Parts: sequence; C-alpha cells; structure tokens
Amino acid sequence: MTILTAILILLALAAVFGIILGYAAVKFKVDEDPVVDQIDNILPQTQCGQCSYPGCRPYAEAIANGDEINKCPPGGEATIHALAELLGRDFVPLDEEHGEEKGKRVALIREAECIGCTKCIQACPMDAILGAAKHMHTVIADECTGCDLCVEPCPVDCIDMVPVEVTLNDWRWHLPGAPETIQKTELIATDKHPAPAQDSANDAANDKKNDGNTEASA
Amino acid sequence: MNWQPNKHLHTFHGGIHPPENKQQSTRAAIETTLLPSKLILPLQQHIGQQAKTLVQVGDQVLKGQMIAEPNGYVSAAVHAPTSGTVTAIEAHALPHPSGLSEQCIIIEPDGKDEWTQLTPVVDYQQLAKADLLQHISDAGITGLGGAGFPTAVKLNPSEDLPINTLILNAAECEPYITADDMLMREHAAEVITGLQIMAHILQPEKCLIGIEVNKPEAIAALQHAVDELQLTELITIERIPVKYPSGGEKQLIQILTGMEVPNGGIPADIGMVCHNVGTAVAVSRAIIKGEPLISRITTITGEAVSRQGNIEVLLGTPIDTLLAHFGVKQDKLHRLVMGGPMMGFTLDDVSLPVVKATNCILAATRKELPDPAPEQACIRCGMCAEACPASLLPQQLYWFSKSREFDKALSHNLLDCIECGACSYVCPSNIPLVQYYRFAKGEIRIEEHERTASDHARQRFEARTARLEQEEAEKEAKRQARAEAAAAAKKAKEAASDSNDDKAIDPKAAVVQAALERAKARKAKKAAETATGEVADDTPSKQPAVDKDTPKLSAVERAKARKAARAAEQGNEQTTDKAAKKGGLSALEKAKAKRAQQADGSKPSEQPESSSKAEKKGPSALERAKAKRAAEGEQLTNSDTAAVDNTEPAKAMSALEKAKAKRAAQSSDAESTAAAAAPVSALERAKAKRAEQAQQSPSEPAAEEKKQLSALERAKLKRAQAADNEASVETSAASTTDRPDSADKKPMSALERAKAKRAEQAMQDAAEDSAADTENRD
Repeated sequence: MTILTAILILLALAAVFGIILGYAAVKFKVDEDPVVDQIDNILPQTQCGQCSYPGCRPYAEAIANGDEINKCPPGGEATIHALAELLGRDFVPLDEEHGEEKGKRVALIREAECIGCTKCIQACPMDAILGAAKHMHTVIADECTGCDLCVEPCPVDCIDMVPVEVTLNDWRWHLPGAPETIQKTELIATDKHPAPAQDSANDAANDKKNDGNTEASA
Repeated sequence: MNWQPNKHLHTFHGGIHPPENKQQSTRAAIETTLLPSKLILPLQQHIGQQAKTLVQVGDQVLKGQMIAEPNGYVSAAVHAPTSGTVTAIEAHALPHPSGLSEQCIIIEPDGKDEWTQLTPVVDYQQLAKADLLQHISDAGITGLGGAGFPTAVKLNPSEDLPINTLILNAAECEPYITADDMLMREHAAEVITGLQIMAHILQPEKCLIGIEVNKPEAIAALQHAVDELQLTELITIERIPVKYPSGGEKQLIQILTGMEVPNGGIPADIGMVCHNVGTAVAVSRAIIKGEPLISRITTITGEAVSRQGNIEVLLGTPIDTLLAHFGVKQDKLHRLVMGGPMMGFTLDDVSLPVVKATNCILAATRKELPDPAPEQACIRCGMCAEACPASLLPQQLYWFSKSREFDKALSHNLLDCIECGACSYVCPSNIPLVQYYRFAKGEIRIEEHERTASDHARQRFEARTARLEQEEAEKEAKRQARAEAAAAAKKAKEAASDSNDDKAIDPKAAVVQAALERAKARKAKKAAETATGEVADDTPSKQPAVDKDTPKLSAVERAKARKAARAAEQGNEQTTDKAAKKGGLSALEKAKAKRAQQADGSKPSEQPESSSKAEKKGPSALERAKAKRAAEGEQLTNSDTAAVDNTEPAKAMSALEKAKAKRAAQSSDAESTAAAAAPVSALERAKAKRAEQAQQSPSEPAAEEKKQLSALERAKLKRAQAADNEASVETSAASTTDRPDSADKKPMSALERAKAKRAEQAMQDAAEDSAADTENRD
C-alpha cells in the first residue's frame, strides 16, 4: 500500500512537471540561438568578409557552430578576447591568413580621378558611397567601416584607405606604463617626496609577491 | 580675522590635506591686462560642439567682437579679446593632455584695444529668462572652474527639475590656485551681482556660497558685499573646512546640504545648480556691462617664476608671454602644469594659449614637483579607499582597469570617480591610480562609441541587404509574371488548337509558324486562282488557318488536308460540283464542329437572330452571324446531300472553316516573309498540290467562275479588313475559338471572319456577295 502510494505520488508529480515543462517548452521557445546574437554584437560589423563569410552575422553563426574565433582582422585582439570570454574558449592569436589588424580606417576617394563607374557604390556593404553614373563619387566617412571592399573594384584605383585621425572627441588616455604613455601626461602626485630608492632585488621580490596577489584576487 | 567653519555643515567621505601653497600668489593684487603680440583662440575651449568661425583671415576685429558662434546648443561663442587683425585660422596645439591640434583663430592685436559696440542689459530683472540666457550664451561664458561647460546650458535645467538651491563654488580647494580667492577679494560685488542674476534666472529658494575657511579676506569681502546689497535673506555664505576636494561639485553639495548627487545624475536631479565664482563674475559683466568673456584671472605660481601672483589675462595669450611677464627662470623650470598639481596636466609646449578653463599655470621646479616615483605593486593597504571622496573602492577599480575588465569596473561605479587624485596622493606604492581610471573611462567610452557605431553599421547593412533582397524579389516576381503570362498564352494557344485539333501541341516559334502558314496560304490561293475549283481553294486554305494558332501542326494539317481532299474527291464523285464540295466539306466540318462545340461550349447555339444584332455584339457575334448565314447557304445548297445531318454542327463548322479560310486569305495577302518557311514549305507545296490535283478535275467546270470570284474576293477582303480592324478595337469576349487572352488574335479572327465570309460567298453564289459586303461595311 505504501509503495503504491509512493508510486502514485511520483506518477502524479511526473505528470504535473511534464505538463509544466511541456508548456514552458512551447511558451518560452527560443527561436534563434541567442549566442549568435551575442557573438554578432561583439563582431565589429564592418561586413568586410575577410573571415571568408559574407558578413558578420554569417561568421557569428559559424562561430556558434564551432568555427575559430580568430578570423576577424578588423575586430582584432579585443574581439578575440571578448569572443573567448563569451564562449569560454581559449584566446588564440589572430589568424594572419585572414589579414592583419590595421586600426580604424576609412575609404577616401581621390575625387579628381573618379570616373563615376559606380562599381564602388555597388561594392559598399554600408551604402556609404554617394554618387551617380558618370558623376564623381564620395565616401560618407561617418558611415564607412573601413572594410576595403570598395578598393578592389575601382578601375582607376582612386580609393585610398586612410587611418582615422584622433580628434579631441575620441582621444583617450593610455594605460600607464604602456610604451605610448608619455610621462608628462601622468598625474602629478603633488608635494610628495619621491619614495626612497629601493633595492632593485627587493623590488623584484615585491613584484613577484604582488603578482601572486593579483592572480589570487582575480 | 580667523574664520571657523560653520558647525551645521555636513561632510563627505575621505579627502586629503595636501600642503596648500596658496600664500605665495596672494601677496600681490591682480595684475592688469597684459597685451601679447599674438592671441591664439581655439574654437573648442569648452565641452560640446566646436564653435563656428565667423571671420576670415585678414578681417579687422574689435575687442569683444564675436569671431566664432556656438554650433549647436551645447557650444560656446568665442570673442576677440582685443582689437586687431585675424592673421590665420589654422590648426594649433591645444592646452589639452592629448597635445592635439585643433582649429584656432589667430589675432594680431593692433594695440588700440578698441571695443566693439556693447549691449548691456539696463535692468536684467525686467528681462525674460530666455533673453538673459541668450545674453549669457552670446557672451561665450563657460564654467571657469576648470571643466568649461557652457553656462547658459547649465542655467537652463529641464522644466521638470525645479531648482531649490543655487550654490556658488568658492571652495578652491586645490593647492597653489588662488585665482578665485583673489577674484573674490577684489571683485566681491561682481560675484554677488552675478549670483543675483543667476538666482533671477533659476529662482531658487536659497543661494549658498561655499568657501573654505582658508580665504578669510575673500569671506570678509563677500560678506561685505552681501550686507551692502542687503541680500542676507537670499544669500548665505557657508564657511567650510579645508579639505581636498571640497571644491568638487558633488562634494560641495554634500558638504552644504548633506545630499548626494545620484549615480550617473547631475546636481539638478536633486534640485541644485552649482557655479564657480569666476563664472558669476563673467555673468555679471555680460549682463551689466555687456562684455563677453574675453579674459580671465589666472594664477601664475611655482618656484620657477620670479614673482608669483594673479593676472587678468586675455584669452588666447600664449603661455610663454605670460611666463616671460612673470620672469620665468628657464633653468629652474622643471615642469609646467596647467591647472593645479592634483588635477592639472603637464604642458610640453609654452606656445599654447590660455583658454577659458585655465585657472592656474604652475611653473614648478624639480624640487617642487619631482618626477613620480616608480610605480610599485599594490599592497592592498586600503588607504585609497579611505581617501576616496566618492566612497569608491579605488584598488578594485585599479585591478579591473589594469586587467581591462571594464564591465566589472563599471559595476564598481568607475564612472562616479571624479579623478581628484586623492587616492594617488595617498598611495604608498606610488601607483598613478587616476591614470588607470582615466584609461578605463576612455576605453569604456570608446567601446560604447564603437558599439553604437557597429549597431548603426549593422542596421545599415541589414537595410541594404533587405533592399537588395526586395529588388531581387521584385525582379523575380516580374520574371515569374512574365513566365506565367507566357505559359498562359501558350496554354490558351494549346487550348485553341485543341478546339481545332485533338492533339496536344508543343510550342514552336510562332514566327516560323506564321511564315509557314503564309507560304501555304499563298500556295493555296495561287491554286485557287489558277483555275482550280472552289473546293481546291477551300480545303488547303483552311489548314494553314488552323495552323496559325497551333504550332507544329503541319503533320496534322497534312493529314487533314489529305482527308479533306479525299472527302472532296469522294463528294465530287458522288454529286454535282457544288454539292460535292459541300459534302466533302461538311464531313470534315462536322468533325471539327464537334470539337469546336466542346471547346466553345454553347457558342454555336447562341447564334443571334439578326445580322445587325450580331454586328453590334462585336467580332464574334459578327462571326456567328456570318457563320449562320454561311450555314444557311450551305443548308440551302446541301439540302439534297446526305452529308449534312445536323444544322447546328454544320453552322459551327462553317464558322470555323470560315475563320480558317480567312486566315489563309489574310496571310496570303500579307505575304511578306515566306522565306522562313523554306523547309516545311516544300512539304506543304506537295500537300497543296495534292489537294489541287484532287479538286482540279471535278471543279474544272467552275474554274472560270472561280477566277472571277477570287478577284472579287480580294476586293472584298480589303473592305472586310477595314471593317474588321475597327471591330477588333472593341474588346470582344471571345473569338470562335474562345481565346479571351490573345489580343492579337482578335484582329486576326476579325480578318478571318471576313475572309471566311468571302470564301463562303464564293462557295455559295455570286449574288450573295453584295449582301455580305454591305454587312461587312456595316
């Protein structure tokens, strides 16, 4: 009798949970793999195709299906790091087969040389080139993602990829200690007397110890 | 006089007490304007959009003339600090930690210092708030405390944020800087007037002036001014304890009111607005005197200048001029800092100009500002956390910034860091903590920007893809539609041919077919003309007629032709000329008529009663009428033959026959491109010959008559064509073969009908011709 009761209770529970799970499976169905969206958000959306996929989203789908995460030169190491973290994979250096990281660039049409063939307009994945047949074309720099796709089709080679210049609005501080950091820009710890010169061996020992601390804390 | 801090005040967490070093520069009064030989005026001296140039190279400008206008809401105008000539508008290095160059207007003073026409406000209390704000905006006033936010914007908080407290920041907590102190000492009345104007704009419940107790002269001067203007009701001077960074906006608010500005918010969110005393003076001058912001008080201090003090300096004055004026000792100058020692930045170029936010130039010796000691590892002592005025966890932020874990840094409220440098100051390991935070903030900002940009790019790419897909789909749809139309036309053709012929027909080039038919028809006609019998004329000519619409029929046709010929032969043998012909025809016709009936439904039975009515109904009606007549004629003539059993089918067939005959006639008329028919025409010729031969012998007697008829026929045909062309313009429901889709069939069938009629008439009697003609013409 006890066994029967137990079995009945378990059966009832199974039925109830089965119904709940079945309902949830229908109600909260996820149509698309959300990982693809997350990956797509990390990719730089240059749509350059250097990864050998026709755009960022196809590459995101490929990554979700197990492709390598190091095929995106425009994204560079930052993107690979972000992908590695998202997907729980190990960081792999950029695959040079697909190109090298070049920093942000924009296309610039040497307008005097443009013959108005519209080939670059058709090639631009961003619709960032303005112009009409037999009229000069120009690049809307703000919309250009620097994908290089317009350079190849140009019959007169009048498109240059120029690095984006840093302005006051997108200037940023460098990491202290990084080679590009100039000491002059560092904050002044005022009125403090310099720390007494320490033994370099001591320093090294300290460094080591604290590195260990860092890792432990991280 | 030694002031004590007010007791009722609050305090903020942390803070430090660095050596003040203020007394060196407060010994002398503010020096008057120094006129440099060149003024460099950056278009971007403020937070927000770069100003838009209003002058051109070579223009003469007067003192106070606007030379660049604000570009957008958060922007500030730039004015000529003295009269002179614009010598260049070019990129020049800016006093900015980046050392970047931006557009600057360079003015060479003419020494006359001639003012432009000023527009002071007589009674600001009578002026609307918007007008006052416009005046302030036109004067190019930005916050003079250091950040340089456009003042007019700050004085115009959104409507749903009522301001209850206006705070004047006179704390000036950073070491060395005494610009505000000296300003208050010497221009206290202007400070209070400026505050009054701001209060008039914002209508707060109370105004507080927060001032550190280390400025007793300034406190006394302000108190005096307030008393004199009898504003003690409105304005309270709050003496606050000396602690760095009590001059921080959020910290000062906390000291004075005990309230904290929410994370990510602005003071207006808690009903407060905070302005610098220098800004108040600028506002006062802009409203009362009409003077724009063309100069500011700057502290020149440090051991490397021979005399330290404050100077009211024209904006755009190169720093080397300023330093020379104060007797810089180049050999002692180790580090030149703009701003204070805590938050300022080192300049490596003395040609940089003084801008609106330049409150101090610190020319320090090596002893004064030694090179930072080498950074050592964090020992987690926690002193930074104790010093942090924003109650953050600096060492956590440091770890996260260093390891680029920006999301974690954000969750530790990195953005609430005011970069005051207190943590760096107390750090025993000499870690430039603020550098790390600035780096992390910059990275976060750029990341944010890149995310926005990539979202934008994604949208554009998706929009483009969608557009291309749509275009493709539209093209595809068009292609589909065309294909369907073609298929439908083909089907209709097939159906039509089915109605004449049982066999399903493969599509073939209609042109070739037409050419073939034309060739056939020509031959048939020729045969008819060359003394062949009526039967000969009739039978072969109807085959091509069928063909016209039904491609690849030649084999079938041939068979038919043969059959017809045979039937004609038989008929001829059995009966008289005419009767024989009719019989032969009718045998074939019956078969066809049956098919036509199947395809055509009730058409044959729907024959109209009168010919006039039929004509009105359009070509098909006309046709039917004609067919009827033809049938009647047939009936009359064939009454004695056994071949005709049924009038109805006969009528139908005769109509069909007529149509075919017509087509044949027409094609022979329009004999233009017979060449295409070459391969098949041989066959057809053979066929036609056979048909001829079959009919020649029996129809011999009527040959002469036929000739006449055919001549007559041609004439008639022309007339009929004219009539039928008109008819074809009308939209007829269907031709005899019931093909509503084929537009080109209509004129054809109309023509055919006419021809068929003629053929009939020829078959029947010459007398009937006249009647038919009349009808046609109708």
